[in-house]
Amino acid sequence: MDLRYTESDQAFRSELRAFLADAVPAHGAAPFRHDWDARRAYDTGWQRKLFDAGYAGINWPKEYGGRGASLMEELVYYEEMAHANAPYVPINFVGTRHGGPTLIAEGTEAQKEAHLAPILRGDEVWCQGFSEPTAGSDLAALRTSAVRDGDHYVVNGQKIWTSFGHCSEFCELLVRTDPDSKHRGITWIIMPMDLSGIEIRPLPTLLGESDFSEMFLENVRIPIENRVGKENDGWRVTNVTLRFERGTAWASDIILLQQMLGSLCNLAKKITRDDAAAWEDRSLRREIGHLSAEVDAVWAMVKLQVSELAKTGVPGLGGSVIKLAFTELNQRIYELATRLLGRAGLSRDDVAGLPSEQIVDKYLNTLSLTIAAGSSQIQRNIISERMIGMPKEPRHTA
Amino acid sequence: MDFRVTEDQAALREGISDFCEGRLPFETLIELGEKPLDRGLWSEVAELGIFSLRIPESDGGLGLGMAEAALVFAELGRRLVPGPLIWSALAAPLFPDVETGGRVVTGLDRIRPTSDPLLVEHLEGSDTLIVLEAVGVRKIEISDLKATPIKTPLDPLTPMHLVEVLPEGEVIGDAEMSKRLRGEGALLASAMQLGICEATLEHATEYALKREQFNRPIGSFQAIKHFLADMLIRKEQAMAAVYAAAATADGRGVDDLERVTAVAKLIAGEAAHKNARQCIQIYGGMGYVWEMPPHFYLKRELVLENVFGTMDEHADRVAELLAERAAS
Repeated sequence: MDLRYTESDQAFRSELRAFLADAVPAHGAAPFRHDWDARRAYDTGWQRKLFDAGYAGINWPKEYGGRGASLMEELVYYEEMAHANAPYVPINFVGTRHGGPTLIAEGTEAQKEAHLAPILRGDEVWCQGFSEPTAGSDLAALRTSAVRDGDHYVVNGQKIWTSFGHCSEFCELLVRTDPDSKHRGITWIIMPMDLSGIEIRPLPTLLGESDFSEMFLENVRIPIENRVGKENDGWRVTNVTLRFERGTAWASDIILLQQMLGSLCNLAKKITRDDAAAWEDRSLRREIGHLSAEVDAVWAMVKLQVSELAKTGVPGLGGSVIKLAFTELNQRIYELATRLLGRAGLSRDDVAGLPSEQIVDKYLNTLSLTIAAGSSQIQRNIISERMIGMPKEPRHTA
Repeated sequence: MDFRVTEDQAALREGISDFCEGRLPFETLIELGEKPLDRGLWSEVAELGIFSLRIPESDGGLGLGMAEAALVFAELGRRLVPGPLIWSALAAPLFPDVETGGRVVTGLDRIRPTSDPLLVEHLEGSDTLIVLEAVGVRKIEISDLKATPIKTPLDPLTPMHLVEVLPEGEVIGDAEMSKRLRGEGALLASAMQLGICEATLEHATEYALKREQFNRPIGSFQAIKHFLADMLIRKEQAMAAVYAAAATADGRGVDDLERVTAVAKLIAGEAAHKNARQCIQIYGGMGYVWEMPPHFYLKRELVLENVFGTMDEHADRVAELLAERAAS
């Protein structure tokens, strides 16, 4: 039971901290939320700076241009990114955290050659074509069909929740290649987004933003050489990225959340209720203290999980536990923050010197976290069945 | 960083577990209920090294740290072992004969001003009372105390006496020692609460698989599954928080000891309480029955909640420390 970092981990920290101290302020503030060209340039520009400094693809193997950092260095990396308030790069998320790692594990040499370096440099943006209107929690029920025609797949169907679909170069696409089988009838394909037959319709979220889109595919012809892994083996290919998931997925977010609670204390001292600072309200302080303790506990869970993985190489199912605990906690914290704002929270723009935009928009955003990437309810099923040993839910085949 | 439990630590915990399984099965525990402390059993517990754990080897102890103590106390909590275990562990470095079980020490936490009645656990069967106060630590011999037994203590395995007036006794430590002992007590209590989280999850799991209604194990219903998942998450959170506090107490941490201790007691306390409640709920009608385990855990948890700082007190302290950090 030792939480101390080694000297070499700390040396890595100092080096990274020095880089971030200059690079973060130099990169400036994030652009207006509806200015997509500027947003793309901002995100990919930051990715490029990370690449040039040797910090892109922190957990990617060195031979593919990554840093090949140890798990502990990766944890330090996320800690420092949070402390420095470094830009978060949602546009590069699918490429660097999902598509790229899948190619590293399962791609052909030609596919790796074509995509890995451009992803790391920020030259190539990827989106995800997994969910469908009738395949959400039950992802393997997806129906978008791919039929062979010579050396092409002809793809027809509809995808949904395709983040940044309108500014991506490539899509990691799951298609059905065998209608008679469920999990074993799925194939993983790289789809260039400039092919004909792809229509992207923005799907504004409850934030009024169009990060999401619906993607309609009509007779899209994708070369067979774009397939990753074998035909009908796409479900397994999809799951290999879990190997890259090392329990550090939420590390930066957890630290940011603890920082946010600290700033909430300061905000509570500024806001008055009944002629006194809101901070004088003991029940509010107690609630903040309680939530802060929970954040600490989740952070300690990450360290336990990462330590286990560093020694055994087995990721385990702790990721579900951390995801569930963190996302629900995050919601509760932002709910408290909006309560503290009171009527100022009825504005999503900063008002009367209060950080409404930051708090209210983030609150609205937290509502997605318990739904995306396996809803809280699905996570509870997973934990109960696979970690505690309860009987499985009935699973009907397609 | 290697935050895991080491093999030696796991073996130590295993030893305690084996002892409890053989010597203190649930049926035996129930029979101990409300009787004065069994000094024979106490000596056997002492022989396991529970009280000499953190005494330096040069003084005849095991020279281990808070990490080992936390694992041992989690196991004692998981097995509902009765007795003033934490108080005697805190007092072991202060009296030569506690290690062997020759002297049983109970205690009172009066660090914070309160009108709470002077309820002393396991007074009968103990030799010495230590009192933690803001100004320091006092020691009072039990034979000098006038006390009335509580007829119906909440936890049947934790008999209580009401003391009317505390005699002066003897000052054996200063304010700093008092504060330190209270922190250590909070940490050991949080470890026992972690044990309660584990035990209630184990019992609830077993029952949910065994009990059938509508021709299915009740554990196949999502309502029950999700209860159990929540219990597991709370247990994991409590474990991480308690281990972090223990590592920090041993000088292997990265955060302020006061903060991590408060976090451990708060998180483990809440987790133990909720898990015990949900365990009773999952047992259904059987959860309301005396001879079933769940209520014993809830009651023990309440004993642990009301010493070395409640959840509310620790939440307040965490908030203060957070605000101080944020202001600077």
